[in-house]
Amino acid sequence: MASNTTNDTESLISTEVSVDRTHDQPASPETVVEATDIDVYYGDEQALDGIDIEIPERQVTAIIGPSGCGKSTFLRCVNRMNDQIDACRVSGELDFHDKNVYDDDVDPVALRRKIGMVFQKPNPFPKSIRDNVAYGLNVQGKTEGVDERVERALRGAALWDEVGDQLDSSGLDLSGGQQQRLCIARAIAPDPEVLLMDEPTSALDPVAASKVEDLIDELVEEYTVIIVTHNMQQAARISDKTAVFLTGGELVEFDDTATIFEDPADERVEDYITGKFG
Amino acid sequence: MSTETGPDSEIIGDGADADRRRNRRVRRLLFGCTSITVLTTVAIFAVLFDNAFHFFYDVRFHEWLVGLVTEFRLVPEQRVAITEFLLDTEWRPSHADDPRFGILPLAAGTLLITVGAAFVSIPIGTATALYLSEYARPGTRKYLKPTLEVLAGVPTIVYGFFALTFITPNIIGPLAAALGQDVGRFSALSGAIVVGIMTIPMVASISEDAMSAVPDELRNGAYALGASKYTVSTSVVLPASISGIMASYILAVSRAIGETMAVALAAGVTPRLTANPFAEIQTMTAFMVDSTRSTMLVGSVEYQSLFAVGLALFVMTLAANLVNDYVKRSYREEYR
Repeated sequence: MASNTTNDTESLISTEVSVDRTHDQPASPETVVEATDIDVYYGDEQALDGIDIEIPERQVTAIIGPSGCGKSTFLRCVNRMNDQIDACRVSGELDFHDKNVYDDDVDPVALRRKIGMVFQKPNPFPKSIRDNVAYGLNVQGKTEGVDERVERALRGAALWDEVGDQLDSSGLDLSGGQQQRLCIARAIAPDPEVLLMDEPTSALDPVAASKVEDLIDELVEEYTVIIVTHNMQQAARISDKTAVFLTGGELVEFDDTATIFEDPADERVEDYITGKFG
Repeated sequence: MSTETGPDSEIIGDGADADRRRNRRVRRLLFGCTSITVLTTVAIFAVLFDNAFHFFYDVRFHEWLVGLVTEFRLVPEQRVAITEFLLDTEWRPSHADDPRFGILPLAAGTLLITVGAAFVSIPIGTATALYLSEYARPGTRKYLKPTLEVLAGVPTIVYGFFALTFITPNIIGPLAAALGQDVGRFSALSGAIVVGIMTIPMVASISEDAMSAVPDELRNGAYALGASKYTVSTSVVLPASISGIMASYILAVSRAIGETMAVALAAGVTPRLTANPFAEIQTMTAFMVDSTRSTMLVGSVEYQSLFAVGLALFVMTLAANLVNDYVKRSYREEYR
């Protein structure tokens, strides 16, 4: 089920988006995160409406859709960051390795150690580069081999060559793109299984954004990546699977990226992708 | 308006000059208001210095200047040596036979109150700020913070009576008895506690403002890494807001240095060089307020000593403000 570049001349969609994603994937990857009938309310306002989705292991799953469609809300359900918002209520089942993360016996703090997150705006701590990357390790009590882990994380985030000799300088002194890669290093240092990325390139210039995209391509060798993006070209370039949310918090279609962009089943998805609305 | 007069016709008018004049008037009015505060500060310092000079010498500073110009009277006659003022360990300005003017007992009293108050206001104020900023629900904070600020508006004399009628008999008394210490109606500890309580709202309110100003992105970054609320508070929020927190400490300290009525009522009016918190002491401000009630001859050394003590207070609070500025500058923009 590889998402090959297609030469289908009868492609239904006349868009410049081209799908060039070719990861080596097992025939049937395991499901890491599985949502069943997830509803989310902020106060009286419904943000997500009956989401069912299965996120495959070690693939990039992109979530696209217009503003306010609940993309980020869904992402924040996975590691229970929605707990931080008082007015937020979640119902339904969200399994991480077949365990519902909303069960009473699940510690959201422990859950977040398995599921890292990268935010829209780079948010390094006002600390040194080393302390930024080591923060998650310290919090999680992983005190052994910190220097090696920091180096590995920075290499993993393609930042080591640029900052390896200035680990003691402030993370805030880096450029925006470097800061975002620092945040990625910070997220992968404790070795999570899943990496949630909430529009990680939207605050970056195109060059920095493309570096982060290249990085995601490598990260997926080790991690399951779920990325929310505004940018359809980006979703097409880097993802294996694409989920399309539309206004009202509804998951309209979820399929291989190639299918979504070249032969979507739902007319509204086709309209959205071709820019007729959204 | 016709378009035939050229493209610029619509932006030409005679309002420009009037506008400039109006701007100038407003600027002068605002500058005038601003200069009132600056001039007052300068005037206070001038009066203090002029009179304090008369404490040390037989003339006021401006009189000496006039004498210098008109009669070439160079050296004024000394009344109290600066070394005595700074180093003598006795303060008894109204003693009939042997008045002594060493500011150390008064300065020590002020220091005792200030340090003691800091031990109360800094931990409790910081914890209150942390609770309000990080732990309290928005509904709780909405009511708690204004309440806290009401506490800051209670007149200090009321705090003084609170110390006298509640803290001393109910807290200091039993504590002294338990420790086998004698304690009277007045004690440094009572003054320190009440000034500490009085400055909690200042520490809490300013620190809370600083903590709330830490961007949520930083908190979310830490939560997403599996940090608990306590870890986020101590390892992200506190370091990122340290400059505002330090500023609140220093403001509370300068408030404690200058506090008058509460300490005069709680800590007493007996100048004494001691570190015993159960002893009655006198602070610099308490001496000044106490002296205004007694009869003194204007121009006498005793009367002029008020200004010397006032000048010393002025210098101390100025120093605290300078430290505050320095701290703010050196910790500024820890986060963006």
